[in-house]
Amino acid sequence: MSNKLIDLQNITKAFDGSIVLDDLNLYIRENEFLTLLGPSGCGKTTTLRILGGFETPDKGRVIFDGRDITSLAPNKRQLNTVFQKYALFSHMTVAENIAFGLRIRKKSEDYIRDKIRYALKLVNLEGFEERTPDSLSGGQQQRIAIARAIVNEPKVLLLDEPLGALDLKLRQDMQYELIRLKNELGITFIYVTHDQEEALTMSDTIVVMNQGYIQQIGTPEDIYNEPQNAFVADFIGDSNIVNATMIHDQLVEIFGVKYACVDTGFGTDKPVDVVIRPEDLELIAVPENEDQSSEEYQKALRKITRINPGYFEGTVSHIIFKGMHYEMEVQAHGFEWLVLSTRMFQVGTKVLMSVDPYNIQIMNKPESEDEKAVSMQEIV
Amino acid sequence: MNKKLRIWLDGPYLIWTAAFIIIPLIMIVYYGLTDKTGAFTWSNILEMGTPERMKALILSLILSLMATVICLLMAYPLALILSRMKTGAVGFITTIFIIPMWMNSLLRILAWQTLLERNGVINQILGMLNLPKLYIINTPYAIALGMIYDFLPFMLLPIYNALQKIDVNVINAAYDLGANRFQTFWKVIFPLSMPGVISGITMVFVPALTTFVISDFLGGSKVLLIGNVIEQQFTQVGNWNVGSGLSLVLMVFILISMLVMQHYDKDIGERTTSL
Ligand SMILES: Nc1ncnc2c1ncn2[C@@H]1O[C@H](COP(=O)(O)OP(=O)(O)OP(=O)(O)O)[C@@H](O)[C@H]1O
Ligand SMILES: [Mg+2]
Repeated sequence: MSNKLIDLQNITKAFDGSIVLDDLNLYIRENEFLTLLGPSGCGKTTTLRILGGFETPDKGRVIFDGRDITSLAPNKRQLNTVFQKYALFSHMTVAENIAFGLRIRKKSEDYIRDKIRYALKLVNLEGFEERTPDSLSGGQQQRIAIARAIVNEPKVLLLDEPLGALDLKLRQDMQYELIRLKNELGITFIYVTHDQEEALTMSDTIVVMNQGYIQQIGTPEDIYNEPQNAFVADFIGDSNIVNATMIHDQLVEIFGVKYACVDTGFGTDKPVDVVIRPEDLELIAVPENEDQSSEEYQKALRKITRINPGYFEGTVSHIIFKGMHYEMEVQAHGFEWLVLSTRMFQVGTKVLMSVDPYNIQIMNKPESEDEKAVSMQEIV
Repeated sequence: MNKKLRIWLDGPYLIWTAAFIIIPLIMIVYYGLTDKTGAFTWSNILEMGTPERMKALILSLILSLMATVICLLMAYPLALILSRMKTGAVGFITTIFIIPMWMNSLLRILAWQTLLERNGVINQILGMLNLPKLYIINTPYAIALGMIYDFLPFMLLPIYNALQKIDVNVINAAYDLGANRFQTFWKVIFPLSMPGVISGITMVFVPALTTFVISDFLGGSKVLLIGNVIEQQFTQVGNWNVGSGLSLVLMVFILISMLVMQHYDKDIGERTTSL
């Protein structure tokens, strides 16, 4: 992907004295599908409003295509917004909604008619011209809001949790629709969501935010497999996050057990955070009341140490069937480990548990609150 | 909902509607279309045709239209400003507007009488300042003033409510799609506030058209509105039939104006988008 289309530089914004965005730096490349992901109130909408021109930052600059647009009025910007709750004009028909931007720009009625037809086709709502917004379902309103924005051929489409109000099935359908639409239009999407699954499915780049700071920027794979800190790891999917000590390169001690890992460069005897995804934990059952020297036990032990020299002994304390897999809790060393597996283990089963060295993710502990939230633009 | 419960809940409203709305209406229609002996006649309706009554009707229409338009022109910008303000300040200002409504309306009009009298408060102040005096008491102007003063809150509140209900993001969407402030107002904000404007107009126009209190106090006995004419039929002449007949004519005017407003309301969306 090519040059920077939008560059947010040192954006700071406070409302009534409380800081919502703190020295935010972020650039967006042409044709990128970039997602702002973070918990409620972390400043996603505010970032989008600054891009759209509905809010001016207290500090910092917004560069668009090499031009400073920080204080340019919204109606003069080459980007269009799909608002969090659609914001359709309820006193107009669907066709009039879609035509709004075109009529403002004094396009010919022929051109407008063609555009309406094209846009309705694109969002799969042909024949809806004369309907009014309040006669449409949530998903249909959503698609009209998108149609209304894209007929103006913006360079960038800003979408604020556009699927937030839809049910799961419709949301998944719309996710595919949006990706298809983006590929067809070949424009840049800046997408806001607090749904990590949605972000992982749709984005080229994910920006994880918390309390006005960028926590990590990266591809979905990066974010999922190599979270930079405990917040990101916790926010992206279920995780086991535990305190550990880095003994030296490629060896980490978790709850007194030494595990092989692949990370280097953390120093020696250094406290770290360790993330292990639930699907990466491997379990082997050992028969109850089994003597440690018995053949049965030794066999299990050999099997588990082939995965990693380090292992835990634990007991399955909880199991839920989730369709594709079982979700279990395993009690070991006073910690409840979350485990996903296609195999089922009865509650009470004694298990040996380990993890492949590649699947142990080591993270530096934050030294202060500020560092916890440090901007990580450099890593992209 | 349980059927029995429904009847219990709906019952009081139905009784209320019958006793205080339907029955009086039927009685007015009955008196309006019969003579003293109870025989059917159009004559009560035709009573409106006398020059004196036509003059009162036309004056009423003109004054109430004028009051409505001026109320609208005053209330809309104020409502627009209020709808953009922080809630605390809005509460304060609307309260200031509503407080007079807690007072008896007769009292409010009486206050204007004292203010506007030939030697009233306003003229005393003007006199002290050596300014020309204001002689509008007992003229249609004083009546219009009274109407505007009395009914302004009824215009302000529905418009404010309608504007308040418009989602800021709908307005932002208009800007986002390239509209400037002027276009955003005429194509989005104004049409969306139309329901408030319509009910404001109705709530000012109808009582203004039928008032007799305001014209009694501020018009003396010199300016008669149609409200006074009807009132006299009931209280002084004692002819309920003619009074009811004239009321029916007035109701037709009100009905027509409401239909026009409704038509306009439906139209407005299309009209403003092709602006
Ligand atoms: N106009 C405003 N006035 C005062 N505070 C505001 C304003 N807009 C946003 N905030 C505050 O800024 C913070 C961030 O808000 P923002 O809307 O950006 O969050 P968000 O990440 O979009 O959250 P959500 O996922 O709930 O939409 C919140 O604490 C919010 O209360
Ligand atoms: Mg938001």
